[in-house]
Amino acid sequence: MATRLTINGTAHDVDLPENVPLLWVLRDEIGLTGTKFGCGVAACGACTVHIDGEAVRSCQVALADVWGEVTTIEGLGTPDAMATIQQAWVDHQVAQCGYCQSGQIMNAAALLAQTPQPTDQDIDDAMQGNLCRCGTYPRIRAAIKDAAQRLAEET
Amino acid sequence: MGRIKTIARRTFLIGSAAIVGGAAFGIYQINKDAPNPLVAGDGEATLNPFVLITRHGVTLIAPRAEMGQGVQTTLAALAAEELDVAWEDITVLHGPPAQAYYNSVFLGMAIPGAHYKDTPFKHAMREQVGKVGKLLDLQATGGSTSMKDFYERMRHAGASAREALKLAAAERLGVPASDLQTENSNVIAPDGTTIAYGELAEALREITPPDVELRDPATWKYLGKSMPRVDMVGKVTGTAKFATDTRLDGMKFATVRMSPTRAGMDSYDDSAARDMDGVEAIVDLGDGIAVIASNTWLAMQAADAVDITWTPANYPADTDALRAAIAASLDEDADSMVRDDGDVTSAVEGTEIAAEYYVPWLAHATMEPMSATALFTGDKLEVWSGNQAPTMIRDACAKAVGLTPEQVTLHTTYLGGGFGRRGEMDFSVLAARIAAAMPGTPIRMIWSREEDMRRDFYRPAAIAQFRGVVQDGKAVLLDGKIAAPSVFHNSSLRQTGAAPPGPDRLHVEGAADQPYAIPHFRIAGHLTNIDVPIGFWRSVGASINGFMLDTFIDEMAHAAGTDPLQFRLDLARAEHAPSAGVIEAVGEMSGWTGQTPANIGRGVAFSFSFGTPVAQVVEVEDTGRGIRINKCWIAADLGTVLDPSIVEAQMTSGAIYGFSAAMQEEITFADGMVEQGNFYDYDAMRMHTVPEFEVRLLETNPFMGGAGEPGTPPSMPALGNALFDLTGTRARELPLIKTFDLIL
Repeated sequence: MATRLTINGTAHDVDLPENVPLLWVLRDEIGLTGTKFGCGVAACGACTVHIDGEAVRSCQVALADVWGEVTTIEGLGTPDAMATIQQAWVDHQVAQCGYCQSGQIMNAAALLAQTPQPTDQDIDDAMQGNLCRCGTYPRIRAAIKDAAQRLAEET
Repeated sequence: MGRIKTIARRTFLIGSAAIVGGAAFGIYQINKDAPNPLVAGDGEATLNPFVLITRHGVTLIAPRAEMGQGVQTTLAALAAEELDVAWEDITVLHGPPAQAYYNSVFLGMAIPGAHYKDTPFKHAMREQVGKVGKLLDLQATGGSTSMKDFYERMRHAGASAREALKLAAAERLGVPASDLQTENSNVIAPDGTTIAYGELAEALREITPPDVELRDPATWKYLGKSMPRVDMVGKVTGTAKFATDTRLDGMKFATVRMSPTRAGMDSYDDSAARDMDGVEAIVDLGDGIAVIASNTWLAMQAADAVDITWTPANYPADTDALRAAIAASLDEDADSMVRDDGDVTSAVEGTEIAAEYYVPWLAHATMEPMSATALFTGDKLEVWSGNQAPTMIRDACAKAVGLTPEQVTLHTTYLGGGFGRRGEMDFSVLAARIAAAMPGTPIRMIWSREEDMRRDFYRPAAIAQFRGVVQDGKAVLLDGKIAAPSVFHNSSLRQTGAAPPGPDRLHVEGAADQPYAIPHFRIAGHLTNIDVPIGFWRSVGASINGFMLDTFIDEMAHAAGTDPLQFRLDLARAEHAPSAGVIEAVGEMSGWTGQTPANIGRGVAFSFSFGTPVAQVVEVEDTGRGIRINKCWIAADLGTVLDPSIVEAQMTSGAIYGFSAAMQEEITFADGMVEQGNFYDYDAMRMHTVPEFEVRLLETNPFMGGAGEPGTPPSMPALGNALFDLTGTRARELPLIKTFDLIL
């Protein structure tokens, strides 16, 4: 039986066993490869997406349990129309290998939605589940603060 | 060069970037013996391998693996600087595997002698020997070589293309080429007429690109500036393609379980797995199995359900036994004694100290587990792989499926982290073999994190014994022995079937080659003959010896009663001015006084690796809830800094990679298998544990140094030395979490 999901505003009927994690629905079935596989056990954050605006590890959410609208990095912004937070990432030249950055950005976007002016402690608390082996953390921190500033000015 | 090969290469480019109509340029002189892989079709012209002008813009070939170090951006900037192309007009591709893209630095690194002692003559000799790499088709990314390799090659390619564009425009306009200017992807005539480069693409086929002088660095517009990275927008929008993001019609998804003992598979029972959801095939790979399924996760579930009996390992079965084997090799004959100054056996007056150090096995743990995608169609194989050695991997994939290299197209995608791991051929070859089991069906293979952790080529464990004598506040003798399995021998046997002759210099790099004037100074390398698969891990030998030697230097400074920063400065000043320069600089940046409050510790460390001297000061704090790293100051001298933002990022990245290992990383063995499996038992620094950084880049080094690796070696001892300053406890083993209450 197909399961209906709304991903980045578009409805999809997914014909996969209900225990397949959302991550692998997105990557293999829908073709949204911006969301990455890093560990499969919620230890690295590379697979972070939003469900109804909340940051979740998509490797831990079974297809049958998806409780709301899914937003992936592709839904946040596009190369021609980047979200404010993505533009901050570009301006601070954050990414190195880039593999973890979709998850970093999705997690940071959820943080800013919840806490528009995060302190260093807020950033530490929210972002420590997202691993980056290249060690881009100092620039991630700077980009989050910059994005917070810009979002405040936009509103 | 056969016509079939030229067509295949051309197809590669069209497939990668939808380029129609173009002309390619490069350094004709250097590459005249290496076939140009960019072969044009009708109505196009190709003159050489790095610059392609099309009707739609400029495509630059940056034939080195982009694993995060920013190589594609700076290679593009080198060509663009001479080509006068607008930055936003550039498309950058990795390009196909080709002899023309050979690494011209690797082989020169093997010439005896510490690099810091290089004279202009010796440096030129290294460059000449490096060119032999062309004969070996040695296209590889590693050893922090890319900028040294392409500093002139890419600029010549851009300059030659620029002059050819002027010649083509001169013909069209009927004015002398010497009257024409170039700017922002246009040729400009004296009367103000502009012709876009793209408009000249067709006319270029009639032009022989001239040799021209390179521009004075004082006129540079791009080089020496922080350029927007060409991969940045793709990487923040999820559109950058890694090997595991390849999508092809009718694609199936695969994963593997390969022997964790590295000795093979006795038997397997797949009866439980065969009927699981989505499973299409289970492939016997001899030393493991692959599952092909309709979804990667379903493939992983089924792979876990296969019951496999592994052949016992051929190496000592646990960490203690491996350590004992390494210790035993300290008593065997030395493989190398490339540093033997003065006479360490002579009786020297002073205070003598001795210490033994141990560093553990380490995994690379790239964020993207090993992955590759392949399509086998009987007489052709196409592979998508994020890799550091495309020519060798193309050839190995061909051999694995019974084809010739000419029948294989290898697309080098972005790498989700490399650190040396993706110079190995195993993952690409496995994808090719799995695809060959299902001809006509594209197969996207990715390993589980556990498979990635347990099938790595590890940074070896090592033991060092040092004896030192200090007198009147200075070092007068340092006698060291370093034992470990040889990365160079192990990887050469694996990749070429033969161990290289002569002493293994990589084994003692970071120790024997340090710019320290110690009257009696000897470093002996001892090789342990065990078969644990080991490989190149960011900074290789220096990742081991940087910690062990510099920590002992710190112990000698304390025994001498000399400030540790001053002690290193005294050693370096007489030997290598740029090294002394970075030690002085880091002292100034950090306001080094040798004094700290009770709850604060500071440590300094220095290492010269890959041509770049780097000094670091680390500050740690006892917070009462554990010890954290507050700040790290880094001074490095690369001679010429081509992109300050990228080099700064590499210096901090290298240090964070080193801190991660020094604090908590350790691979252990039991029953011949690696015990760690995922980030919960092999973790790294995270947002809340990373310190603040301050980086200063000096440019006094007479020869260009590398950027990707030199930040790693000094980070580990700087942290250990800071912890000693804070606590009075000297950790002679890594990881440091075994000795200190670090906040993780």
